[in-house]
Amino acid sequence: MKTCLVVDDSGVVRKIARRILESMDFAVIEAEDGSKALELCKNKLPDAVLLDWNMPVMDGYEFLGHLRRMPGGEEPKVVFCTTENNVAHIAQALSAGANEYIMKPFDKDIIADKFAQVGLVSPATAAFA
Amino acid sequence: MTPLEYEYLRKLLRDQSGLDLSADKQYLIESRLLPVARKIGLSGISELVQKLQGGSSALITSVVEAMTTNETFFFRDKVPFDHFRETIMPELLHARAGRKSLRIWCAAGSTGQEPYSLGICLKEMGAALTGWRIEILSTDISQEVLEKSKVGIYSQFEVQRGLPIQLLVKYFKQSGESWQINPELRAMVQHRQLNLLHDFSQIGTFDVIFCRNVLIYFDQETKVNVFNRLAKAIEPDGFLVLGAAETVVGLTDTFKPVPDRRGLYRPSGARAAMPARPFAAGAGRMAVAGP
Repeated sequence: MKTCLVVDDSGVVRKIARRILESMDFAVIEAEDGSKALELCKNKLPDAVLLDWNMPVMDGYEFLGHLRRMPGGEEPKVVFCTTENNVAHIAQALSAGANEYIMKPFDKDIIADKFAQVGLVSPATAAFA
Repeated sequence: MTPLEYEYLRKLLRDQSGLDLSADKQYLIESRLLPVARKIGLSGISELVQKLQGGSSALITSVVEAMTTNETFFFRDKVPFDHFRETIMPELLHARAGRKSLRIWCAAGSTGQEPYSLGICLKEMGAALTGWRIEILSTDISQEVLEKSKVGIYSQFEVQRGLPIQLLVKYFKQSGESWQINPELRAMVQHRQLNLLHDFSQIGTFDVIFCRNVLIYFDQETKVNVFNRLAKAIEPDGFLVLGAAETVVGLTDTFKPVPDRRGLYRPSGARAAMPARPFAAGAGRMAVAGP
């Protein structure tokens, strides 16, 4: 079973994301900011990270930089999931090594689609999501 | 809605658009037509049927458009676009190397996601297409969806279905919460209203026809009729792309499946068993909206 780390300071968003990802057969772990997420990654790298941008302590962008510099840190597929919806932010995220980008609000179709884009699930799984 | 009202709407839709609703699609009618009824101040489906029976052609158009417009998103189903990139284009680039021109028809182009996805595929091929003239014609039964396609403005929700983020950034311009496909891509796609039930010989012949998720709504006889006329609108070495739930097998021998390429067909060279005349006579409405 693939693992997905959900990083968001909103408990509600984490809960919604968990429900969607578990229905897609992911094992879900949660963190409420970039710093806590980084600790979890040092322990064990997930297959995927669903990453908010604006969070206290350490934001998603800074977390991504640290993750990509870790040994093996290139491996996890990172999908931003944020209310930041302008081209400048998207370009900044991509150049920092994000694999995909979701603009909130999101639903199951969007998550399944984006996860299929980066090869985390097969397109068939996305189609039947 | 009474059984009689349901039957009236079924027949109206079949005659006007070829849409073949089974006996149990009341929920679909309710969900699509209640908004149409409310928009013009009617309380429900019964009043809508009365008004239709009174003979309002503008209202018939609204009802047909509401019933035939289907969900669509960029690179829908992915596989057809893989076929386009990996099978169709390499072969046609070779076969048409002399004249360097191609015609592509999206027979149910709807709000533009399919023709623009093909346009993006072509753009991504870059220098391989230098000097080529490639025409994409998008047709649909609904003028309303074609207008949206021409403008090429999509909601944040729409651009997040099927479209990789890199392609969004590369080919769209953001304005507020919406995204508009860039002028260069808009210029690649021509739009025209067209009902597949009617004669379409005037639009000429094509190297590639995408006709996805339209024919599933037609009855057998209509499907056969449309296939036989599509066979006349396609080059002998052209490609026909159908939706995931559609096939020519058992319906017509004018097309044959391409082995190991799901949804991809080519003309067989066989002549249609039936005379390929348009199914419905007369002018007016257009083709069911698809992918």
